[in-house]
Amino acid sequence: MNNTHTIKPYLRLSGLEPLVVRPETNFINVGERTNVTGSKKFARLIREGLYEDALSVARQQVESGAQILDVNMDDALLDGEKAMTTFLNLLASEPDISRVPVMIDSSKFSVIEAGLKCLQGKCIVNSISLKEGEEKFIEQAIICQSYGASVVVMAFDENGQADTLQKRVDFCHRAYKILVDKVGYNPQDIIFDPNIFAIATGIEEHNNYAVEFIEACRQIKQLMPLAKISGGVSNVSFSFRGNDAVREAMHSVFLLHAIKAGMDMGIVNAGMIQIYDEIEPQLRELCEDAILNRRPDATERLIAFAETVKAKGKTTEKDETWRKGTVEERLSHALVNGITDYIESDTEEARQKYDRPLEVIEGPLMDGMNVVGDLFGSGKMFLPQVVKSARVMKKSVAVLTPFIEEEKAQLVAKNGGQIKSAGKILLATVKGDVHDIGKNIVGVVLGCNGYDIIDLGVMVPAEKILQTAREQEVDIIGLSGLITPSLDEMVHIARELKRQQFDIPLLIGGATTSRTHTAVKIAPEYANGVVHVQDASRSVTVTGNLLNKALNKNFLRDVKEEYEKLNEAFRNKRPIKQYLPLAETRQNKVPIDWNAFQPVKPAFLGTKTFNGYDLAEIAQYIDWQPFFISWELHGKFPQILEDEVVGKEATRLFNDAQAMLKKIIEEKWLTARAVIGIFPANSNAADTVTVTSTNGAQVPLEFLRQQIKKAPGQPNISLADFIAPATTGRQDYIGGFAVTAGEGIEKWLDEFKKEHDDYSSIMLKALADRLAEAFTELMHERVRKEFWGYASSEHLSNEALIREEYLGIRPAPGYPACPEHTEKYKLFDLLSATDATGITLTESLAMYPTASVSGWYFAHPESKYFGLGKIEKDQVEDYAQRKGWTIEEAEKWLRPSLEYDM
Amino acid sequence: MKSLEQCARERILIIDGAMGTMIQRYKLQESDYRGERFKTYHTDVKGNSDLLSLTRPQVIEAIHREYLEAGADIIETNTFSSTTIAQADYDMQGLAVEMNIASVTIARRAADDYTRRNPEKPRFVAGAIGPLNKTLSISPDVNNPGFRSVTFDEVVTAYYEQVKALTEAGADILLIETIFDTLNCKAAIFAIKKYFRDAGRKELPVMISGTITDASGRTLSGQTLEAFYISVMHAKPFSIGLNCALGGNQMRPYIEELSQIANCYVSCYPNAGLPNTFGEYDEQPHETAHILEDFAKEGFVNIVGGCCGTTPDHIRHIAEHVKHIAPRPLPVTETVLA
Repeated sequence: MNNTHTIKPYLRLSGLEPLVVRPETNFINVGERTNVTGSKKFARLIREGLYEDALSVARQQVESGAQILDVNMDDALLDGEKAMTTFLNLLASEPDISRVPVMIDSSKFSVIEAGLKCLQGKCIVNSISLKEGEEKFIEQAIICQSYGASVVVMAFDENGQADTLQKRVDFCHRAYKILVDKVGYNPQDIIFDPNIFAIATGIEEHNNYAVEFIEACRQIKQLMPLAKISGGVSNVSFSFRGNDAVREAMHSVFLLHAIKAGMDMGIVNAGMIQIYDEIEPQLRELCEDAILNRRPDATERLIAFAETVKAKGKTTEKDETWRKGTVEERLSHALVNGITDYIESDTEEARQKYDRPLEVIEGPLMDGMNVVGDLFGSGKMFLPQVVKSARVMKKSVAVLTPFIEEEKAQLVAKNGGQIKSAGKILLATVKGDVHDIGKNIVGVVLGCNGYDIIDLGVMVPAEKILQTAREQEVDIIGLSGLITPSLDEMVHIARELKRQQFDIPLLIGGATTSRTHTAVKIAPEYANGVVHVQDASRSVTVTGNLLNKALNKNFLRDVKEEYEKLNEAFRNKRPIKQYLPLAETRQNKVPIDWNAFQPVKPAFLGTKTFNGYDLAEIAQYIDWQPFFISWELHGKFPQILEDEVVGKEATRLFNDAQAMLKKIIEEKWLTARAVIGIFPANSNAADTVTVTSTNGAQVPLEFLRQQIKKAPGQPNISLADFIAPATTGRQDYIGGFAVTAGEGIEKWLDEFKKEHDDYSSIMLKALADRLAEAFTELMHERVRKEFWGYASSEHLSNEALIREEYLGIRPAPGYPACPEHTEKYKLFDLLSATDATGITLTESLAMYPTASVSGWYFAHPESKYFGLGKIEKDQVEDYAQRKGWTIEEAEKWLRPSLEYDM
Repeated sequence: MKSLEQCARERILIIDGAMGTMIQRYKLQESDYRGERFKTYHTDVKGNSDLLSLTRPQVIEAIHREYLEAGADIIETNTFSSTTIAQADYDMQGLAVEMNIASVTIARRAADDYTRRNPEKPRFVAGAIGPLNKTLSISPDVNNPGFRSVTFDEVVTAYYEQVKALTEAGADILLIETIFDTLNCKAAIFAIKKYFRDAGRKELPVMISGTITDASGRTLSGQTLEAFYISVMHAKPFSIGLNCALGGNQMRPYIEELSQIANCYVSCYPNAGLPNTFGEYDEQPHETAHILEDFAKEGFVNIVGGCCGTTPDHIRHIAEHVKHIAPRPLPVTETVLA
């Protein structure tokens, strides 16, 4: 028992959770985009005080794998100390972001200290140096130490930056001795940045910079083994700006050597490390020459090569040398690089080489897919690449399938043998929901990993899921959904699984699902394993664990414990928010002076239908950012195309999208249809907006009102506030719309299915979604300028439209401002939307075709988007009465918004 | 006389139990709290326990003596709220320094008396530094998560003054306790480092004791135990531990974890179980003692005692139960990577 143990001298950092840098930790990624000097988007958000949005930049980084968050507010237009304080204080209230340590990044020490005063965890200061002399250095180090921060030390001294090997090592060693001996710093808390400079600039003295950095890493680690080394990697290739192929190769070669020499952390493009082996050999050789300064003409040769790459352009990157390899090598190359050109002949060649067709799958194909899986699992490959790999796999399997079937028939005929699969997985988008992009991706990824996938498609009722699971003896059920009512349906299915005594695990995925919802609402309903799967890449590990007999028990136990903790934490920690009685909130409406405002009389009243709208015109309105998000690539468009990590893949994806979009438009794959309507309307005191329909009927639209107690001066908003009350005597108006760009999609999806081309299938769905959104944007603009005409002089760029800089809003029933879905029936009735556009509503009020959008138009200049938040029982009762529902019905439809437990 | 360090190496040290629980037994009234000096003070002061060091020093000293008699090696000064920030509740911020000095003086007198009687068992005075009624990481306004009711600098100033008074009045140890917001604790550490730098003296041993609020295993400000420890390691504390909020049974996994990761001594002074529906603590002295004895046998702890609801009786039982058990040996902190 009383065994003495040892504590290792590791660098230890913390946010809400610890980060211990062990020798086996490998390379630490520092998230770089919460940096106003590096990210235009972040800088704009901070300058405009949009801290909520700035937080989402931080969240996105943590979600995409940043282990430390670099925060920099060095902008001439900003009060750096204030911005740092505000941002870090807000960050503290976001547990999913603040779980990682922060790197406070500033060249002003006052900003660093402001940051240190906000962080409860152990952070990193970036940076201090001997630039202003030893006294200042010691003073700043003592302050950092008093806050318990680790420090990045730049290799500077009083005379400037270290630019030779000797200076790098000497400066670092001098700083180290001061820090350790005079200040008492722990050696492991010191992180050196020995200056990465651009090489191959044409200036001869620069040629040896990388060599010296790498050698400096080695010598620094030898002299000071506990100290850490960091740096900004992209500097090294600065002279090849605009030529990503060369830059990426340079980074990859540079990091390979620098990490080997002792580099521990930095801001790098993770996507480049893995392809070291895949760099075209000639380019790799040239990069090695340049990085390692192996020959005097290395720069010229690299530049010459770079120009050929440039001259050839993006399309002619094709290098056919891989065709010379063995059939196994060729298959693997085709899979990893997603090349379908030769897959059929290569597969056939392999089939003839191997005894049995199945051996081709189990051998070279699975080997290739394992490489893909490893790269994807470790974040070194991106989703679009994986889907392309899957396309290659499917095509190859399609060649083999007839032979396998034949063999199987023979086998069965002989002895009734069976072909073993890794496991059978049932996937379904739940009843009432038609969204399936994510589910399809999971299916593809799992399929590539050797699982039999039974995909029941969309809108699948619980009964069918359970029945199929039983008949087909599946090993796992996976449910997907995107709209909020799907969450309840998932709870229902979990209950049914329990009632019908199933014992197989249940996987939960989809955009609205979350670990917390799964832990709090679904897991307690079913004891035999409920696991939330964050994204497609996680699905492989999760199923692997579940279907491995040795791991299964422990895995489920761990998940269960984790969820129980989450559940308890959720119940304990639910912030106690104060809510006001409904009557009181109605006294705190948005204060609009209706006497001073004359609603603009629309240029026309009634409805207008558009059929076969010009897709080319619509395409000009596309907001590309969500397109990339649907491929799990996060970042602002168009900057994402230049992004260090995902830029290359994003560009490739974008080019593919453009090519398909061109076909969609030219060959009229899809038909765009829309209906808009504008109607006289007035509100009353009880949040009802009464609309006069085209046939003169009075239709009451029911809106909900925020009930959370607001800061003084802040209204409790309801959409009804933006329509003039009847008592003002002013005639006001409300608009509605339903648009779709999904008509005709089925034919093409079937086509792609036949071709085993999931990549194109997912691409088309994503593009149709974008076109529907773009069409919505376009119609809204025409409504503002022309049909209603309340903003006839508006001139906004597409970017400004995306930023929602126009007057008026177009909220949709089911979205945050009016989350109750059934109002969509009234919208559809007022517009005769189904007749006009072919869009139908499911029982959960999802629209079909999926690529459809509908909503209300509000014209008042003060109208804005907001979230309803939670509501209290008094409003539920009031709402039930207005809708003619029982309380139970109202609670069913309002469930996600209820403040209380039912 | 043996130093604190020597004593800790040899045996498990006992820290005292609750001060508040014991004060309640005296059923003191408003007039008792006021005494002569604050007879006409403009606000009510009943409940300001730290004020009693000025107005009822005999009560405080008697409690200290009961704990010393029960076997406590370390007694805590009656200064949990003796900062300008906490005393502002009673408009007594101007008395904070005086309270600290008076409280150390009382505890010092009692401890020295017991040391004199048995020099083999020296007694130590720990200057208690409480968590404050205002937090640096958590917004008091749910609608404004970025808002803070106090600044880091204000907290440092308040703690600096307390640290200075405690040290100069003669405390042996500084004890930052009941930490539910790590940033407050970091401000206290900052103040301690600054004070000893300014004063040019050797730092006193610092004990740090955090509070895990519930079964989530996290502090109120959201940190896991290991993250909390990493965040305060730079204090190079004499000990790290847990107190308050939980009883010993609920603390077990966290004390075990701390004993694995801490490169200093480990302390544990839990509440006497969880409060019952009336807010009272029912755990009996022998029950608390059994739990802590188990921790000692497992090699988890170096310093044990009690928090809310514990009494001299609890401390006596605890001291008796761990008397013959070896303390947790300090782990070896390596200075090279193997």
